[in-house]
Amino acid sequence: MAYRNDAYAKVSGKAKYTDDYTLPGMLHAVPLHAPVASAKIIRIDTSEAKMSEGVRAVFTADDIPGSVFFGQIIRDYPTLAQSRIRSTGDVLALVVAETREQALAALPLIKLEWEALPALYDPEEALKADAILINESHGSNICNYHRVRTGDIAEGEREADLVIERSFTTSRAEHAYLEPECGLAQLRPDGVMEIIGSMQHPFSTRRFVASTLGLELKDVEVKTVPMGGGFGGKDDTAALVCARAALCAYLLHKPVKLCYSREMSMRESYKRHPYTLQYRMGLKKDGRISFVKVRMVADGGAYCSVTPWVTWRSTVQCAGCYAVPNVHCEVYGVYTNNVFTGAFRGFGSPQVNWAIEQLVEIAAQELGMDELAFRRINMVKQGSRTVTGQILDTHIVSLQEVMDKVLAEIDYTNKRKNCSFGDPKQDKWYGIGLAISYRGMSLGAEGVDFNSAIINVQPDGSVLLETGVHENGQGAESAMILIAAEELGLPVSRIRYRMPSTSNIPDGGTTVASRGTLLGGGATTNACNILKGIIGEVLDKEYELKAESFVGGNILDSSGQPICTWEEAIRLCYARQVYPYAFGVFQAPRVSWNEDTGQGNAYFTWVYGAQAVELEVDPKSGKVTLLNMVAAHDVGRAVNPDMVKGQFFGGLTMGAGYALCEVVPLKDGAAIPTNYHQYRVLRSTDVPEMTAIIVENPDATSPSKAKGIGEPTLEITAPAIANAIYRATGKRYYDQPIKIRSV
Amino acid sequence: MITVNGKTYQIATTKYDLLLSTWLREELMLTGTKIGCGIGVCGSCTVLVNKEAKRSCKLKLQDVLGEEITTIEGLGTTDGGLHPLQQAFIDCGAIQCGFCTPGMVLSALALLCKNHQPSRAEIRQALKGNICRCTGYQQIIDAVQKAATIMYPNE
Repeated sequence: MAYRNDAYAKVSGKAKYTDDYTLPGMLHAVPLHAPVASAKIIRIDTSEAKMSEGVRAVFTADDIPGSVFFGQIIRDYPTLAQSRIRSTGDVLALVVAETREQALAALPLIKLEWEALPALYDPEEALKADAILINESHGSNICNYHRVRTGDIAEGEREADLVIERSFTTSRAEHAYLEPECGLAQLRPDGVMEIIGSMQHPFSTRRFVASTLGLELKDVEVKTVPMGGGFGGKDDTAALVCARAALCAYLLHKPVKLCYSREMSMRESYKRHPYTLQYRMGLKKDGRISFVKVRMVADGGAYCSVTPWVTWRSTVQCAGCYAVPNVHCEVYGVYTNNVFTGAFRGFGSPQVNWAIEQLVEIAAQELGMDELAFRRINMVKQGSRTVTGQILDTHIVSLQEVMDKVLAEIDYTNKRKNCSFGDPKQDKWYGIGLAISYRGMSLGAEGVDFNSAIINVQPDGSVLLETGVHENGQGAESAMILIAAEELGLPVSRIRYRMPSTSNIPDGGTTVASRGTLLGGGATTNACNILKGIIGEVLDKEYELKAESFVGGNILDSSGQPICTWEEAIRLCYARQVYPYAFGVFQAPRVSWNEDTGQGNAYFTWVYGAQAVELEVDPKSGKVTLLNMVAAHDVGRAVNPDMVKGQFFGGLTMGAGYALCEVVPLKDGAAIPTNYHQYRVLRSTDVPEMTAIIVENPDATSPSKAKGIGEPTLEITAPAIANAIYRATGKRYYDQPIKIRSV
Repeated sequence: MITVNGKTYQIATTKYDLLLSTWLREELMLTGTKIGCGIGVCGSCTVLVNKEAKRSCKLKLQDVLGEEITTIEGLGTTDGGLHPLQQAFIDCGAIQCGFCTPGMVLSALALLCKNHQPSRAEIRQALKGNICRCTGYQQIIDAVQKAATIMYPNE
């Protein structure tokens, strides 16, 4: 039976998301977006809008008391654009009115004078030496550059019996979380700016707000409420929405809600980076890869966001899950005047896997080899050296295991014989395809990686638990409760996850990078162990017995005999003036990275996954029908198996959409789709029955033994589908989304 | 007048143009009805109108005069107990972010009222107007099937 602490509230409609809250005297704000992608702002005349019915204020960048610009890596994003428009997602002004309708009605009354400036929409154009600069202060349109230099690429070229070259492109995809961004801010009587909002990074939101208002972090408190999906997308934009709501609330001394419509969200929010990937791969007759040379260009759009981190993961994983002795990799994150791009489930790996998992099949075919045998020869194994020089020996390398489990479940080798390869005699073309991956867990060397948990046992023995992990909808809180319940030998009903506030729990970083269970679970495990030590000491003094285990509401000694019940132990703690309270920290093991050589122990542990897809193509219409999807992922330990499966099914579905239909085309830098009618995500009738194979090799580097699963499930579905479509149609599709040329 | 979850409301003619979703959320404070797109394509705002699943963001109050509306808050028992369909959503792991859940439950309930033992394909068909971005739908379909066996055990 599935466990979720928040299921009752959500299924009964009682759960309150940000837009469900109303505060007395609350005002409503709406944004004015830029009309073009590149312009000089001459004047923003708000006088008429200010006279409009119900309008309390219209704010522009001039009203910002703190810093106009912010950003997690480079402070290049204007909370309100000041003198220059760089993207159609820029917000120029905020109208605040008594009702949302009144605020919207006043928007067209703002008179904007601007002078068009040249714009760049093609990253390759932006890379040219004489290109105009998008962000003048950065001094270059190259937002960032990463590289890998492994072995000797010239030697690899000499050794190669065969060289293949292919180019791939990937889609600018929309997160399409069901709940658009929303923030509600109020200045409390004690001078604290309090925010609730639909965002997945309360601490980043707090930094955005504090910077915008010129406040110290102690004077901003971000509290979490249920959030309608994030998938990496509720980081920067969501934090900016909260910062703008806070700006209005701060200036007006009234609670202000700023909720985006779907149209506003799609216009402004960052997307997945579209990449171009140019690969050159050297092969030896015996099936070994002798070198990989790759150049990747990621369109970062007008602002940096987390482009350097996204492209860093692509850099580290540039040769896929294969041990390649000679690698030459160059990755550019590039500024353009397109709507910006940032974090999205997968974070730089779906793009690489899209290319490499097709490329290895092309390579095997060119060599006349079985694609499974080719993968087995080159895949990383226990003790392998990755392309960045990391030895995989701190955990179980289960790539072969997950691949074999998927192949067996879907009966790959038998079904492969039935593939159509575009046979003109068949009415329906059948294909089956596979893709595999490894993924560095958590942030890796891209960021400081630690998290904390507070366990506060109440005098009646009930437990309050909180961590620096945010509930994005994935079930993070439930996982923390289950870990604590197992460690303490208590039923889950005795533990309440206290929705954290940034003023109570230390900054634990963003709940991204599939790190919630790994980092927050690690902190919870460590806090439980500290708590058990505290309780054990009290019991030792009282009974001269060593507490050995906490099971079924009892505390047992080394012979398995009960010393006392949990409640008795807690009562004793309080009676002896000892708080059963623990603060646990999990510091991710050391990682390293040398930006000059592109070498280092990039991630402290890795996860392994394999997925296979069966599908049918209608030769006349080109329509693809998914018939079956199977996934196996090594999660270390499945803390909440039904929720792990939910991640499998959700990731497969989102990944299938990424392959087949999800794309945000742009016109003059602006997103063309405005709502779900123009941005198609897969629906219940588009998806086949799926099989989730949970593989558990407990991870020695993780205190809870669990790793992560949110992103791995999405990152290989698209290439598995591309490989299946190749076997159905006989044609390779290098560009996303796949549009089949009908006969 | 309009009946919502068994309670009847008089509607002034000045409110006839108000969207049902806005009225439910802002005047009746029934915020379990969610707004995901505002143009009737995501299904988050689904309510039952005389046991038929309808998108409340596409209906004006004048469209539902004299009708009986059920929102997610109207399911289950008055003491907070859950409808078997809601319980099945919990038991089958069909809930993640929860934003689609109220609309999804109501669309599924409309199906089960008409078809007591739907096949998985029939459930998929009935839910295709409701987007879920988290779950991939599979555990939602499990939940609807499970609820059918509990609600109509002898069919």
